[in-house]
Amino acid sequence: MSDLSKNLSYFALVAVLIIGTGFYQSWNSALFILNMGLVSAILSLGVNLQWGIAGLLNVGVMGFVALGGASTILISMAPIPAAWQAGGPRILLGLALGAATIAALVIGYSRLPKGRVRTIVLLAVAVVGFFAYRSVISPAIKSVEAVNPALEGYLGGLGLPVLFAWPVGGLLAAGAAWVIGKTALGLRSDYLAIATLGISEIVVAVLKNEDWLTRGVKNVNGIPRPVPYEIDLQNDPLFVERAASFGLDPTMASTLFVKILYALLFASVLIILLWLSQKALNSPWGRMMRAIRDNETAARAMGKNVTARHLQVFILGSAVCGIAGAMMTTLDSQFTPASYQPLRFTFLVWVMVIVGGSGNNFGAVLGGFLVWFLWVQVEPMGLWLMQVITSPLAEDSVLRLHLINSAAHMRLLTMGVFLLLMLRFSPRGLLPEK
Amino acid sequence: MMIDFLNAIVALSNFVLIPAIAYGSQLALGALGVTLVYGVLRFSNFAHGDTMAFGTMTVILFTWWFQSLGISIHPLPTALLALPFGIAATALLLLGTDRVVYRFYRKQKAQPVIYLIVSLGVMFILNGLVRFIIGPGDQRFADGERFIMKARDFKAMTGLKEGLAIKTSQSITVVTAIIVVIALFWFLNRTRTGKSMRAFSDNEDLALLSGINPERVVIYTWLIVAALATIAGTLYGLDKSFKPFTYFQLLLPIFAAAIVGGLGSPLGAIAGGFVIAFSEVMITYAWKKVLTYLMPDSLDPSGLVQLIATEYKFAISFVILVIVLLFRPTGLFRGKAL
Repeated sequence: MSDLSKNLSYFALVAVLIIGTGFYQSWNSALFILNMGLVSAILSLGVNLQWGIAGLLNVGVMGFVALGGASTILISMAPIPAAWQAGGPRILLGLALGAATIAALVIGYSRLPKGRVRTIVLLAVAVVGFFAYRSVISPAIKSVEAVNPALEGYLGGLGLPVLFAWPVGGLLAAGAAWVIGKTALGLRSDYLAIATLGISEIVVAVLKNEDWLTRGVKNVNGIPRPVPYEIDLQNDPLFVERAASFGLDPTMASTLFVKILYALLFASVLIILLWLSQKALNSPWGRMMRAIRDNETAARAMGKNVTARHLQVFILGSAVCGIAGAMMTTLDSQFTPASYQPLRFTFLVWVMVIVGGSGNNFGAVLGGFLVWFLWVQVEPMGLWLMQVITSPLAEDSVLRLHLINSAAHMRLLTMGVFLLLMLRFSPRGLLPEK
Repeated sequence: MMIDFLNAIVALSNFVLIPAIAYGSQLALGALGVTLVYGVLRFSNFAHGDTMAFGTMTVILFTWWFQSLGISIHPLPTALLALPFGIAATALLLLGTDRVVYRFYRKQKAQPVIYLIVSLGVMFILNGLVRFIIGPGDQRFADGERFIMKARDFKAMTGLKEGLAIKTSQSITVVTAIIVVIALFWFLNRTRTGKSMRAFSDNEDLALLSGINPERVVIYTWLIVAALATIAGTLYGLDKSFKPFTYFQLLLPIFAAAIVGGLGSPLGAIAGGFVIAFSEVMITYAWKKVLTYLMPDSLDPSGLVQLIATEYKFAISFVILVIVLLFRPTGLFRGKAL
């Protein structure tokens, strides 16, 4: 079987699975799987860029996704004038002080002569800077969070269209990636893994606790959409008429229509990113990246700056994850920091890349769709399996109830088994790198 | 003046020193497990947090069973009695995963990165297994006497304004950790198997050449790791509470401890555990109380004097980790990494 027909048959399988969901379950859930599958494919493209092409281990995908999600708030929510009046400029001043302290530390470290004097000066700068930052920012945060806390209590965003948040999410993630990459790249590969694991936990902790920025665990609801609202469509006589001509009732038609619009938006982003990734992979740059991955020493001998190239590709991949994060929050129209779970947002993406075929962009996309489909469908399947297994037991048996209640956790187990089997028997994935 | 000073010392011990020593011992035991796997099997085991969760879960199940049978070792918690059974179950699990999963890659001489990803798969499975069996919620399984010394008794005894409370779990943690560490170092330095483990970790080829059986070394390593992980997890669970997700999150401070000490160095793992625990507790503690005693009245602090909110305790392990990575990537005790 040629490569092309193999590719096509795998993607046809995904299409059949999704369409089958539409026929057997509902079109609503089929479109949900399709939309999240598109986002997952983008995430998996980003991780593939880092792992598949450059061999970098990013175990902090969740953090970059969450940063992307936060960018939707910062860009698209309406600013809250009362909160800005209460302490907006002061918060900005505080942040500037913090940034200035860090900059002073970095510059001081590199400019001052090595020795005890430097240590004392830097420590003094750090302590003074920290307390100045805290004394400026703390009261401001308090007064901002006191502004109508039930509904607002944060600064709001810029009030721009939400689509701007997608590239901005990418930029935010790229910034975080730069900081991590600067410290952990060039050391052992495990260190990058642990450092990224750490930064992702911190990003989520910040988003959960800095109420003035993201309302924390109180969540931000009603993020503006790039597509029309169902209720407006239902009140539009033209739309109702069209829907009727397809034999659909207006409620159903409007939900499906909105989901299809999202799918088109997401698909266009995916196609652009996939095209760019393919271009990158087959360019001299891509060949250099793979050369570095396969033999770092040889690449160094050829005069390639391995650490700089690693930093570059790490930033690019993280930016893609940030874009996907912003898209995901846009799809939900709400930002819930507590929902960011590493197993779901980091390790599942890894399963996608490895199952699909690391190093192959189409493989990553395929893995994104396929693993997402399984992730959604394993839960009902597990429940069904448990019901079958436990059917000989009495209706109210403790064991039976426990097994049925715990069926939801089956999917972690399934994903782990899936990953291990793939690594063992087909380590190059469904669509191997050429 | 003197009384104020004593009060400050007591408050400091009660809220900072004692909790940090207990937490540090737990982290040290966890980091020892990570560092041993790293030293002998040569990979960063991301499944370690979930191994701890699995071990603790079996201990909890045995504890419940013993409680239902009415077996107890009052005033000590029943969990101590269940500990050997938990260790045995975890040892079986780890030997099983090694046989089914890791051995294949060892034969292939796979790169450490591949091991790491494989350990992610194992982590998924263990995580699912633990949640499947005991559920994702909080479990408390500490029984027996809760306190060795209550704050009120201490106040009555000394007449100080500040109380000093010592939880049973805290003292058990410290005592157990000391025993375990002594036993471990005795094993590594004095026994033939321990010496062969260290030789294998130092130089695999030389060790093989001198007739050390690598599979035997690996089995012993997993057995020790099972014991360390289960003990660390159970002590943490007794001291705080058991929740599968918390154990996954312990991965970060544990790795930070192991790296700060120097990956592959057992002594470093212990030092690293205490460095991380003390920094975490001291930086998130609100110092107002202690400072009020120490400062003259006119300088009493107005705020809580808490440097960083407790929610950011992960950030502390992370920052320490980054500082060590930047300035001394081999760790305090010159581990073998880099």
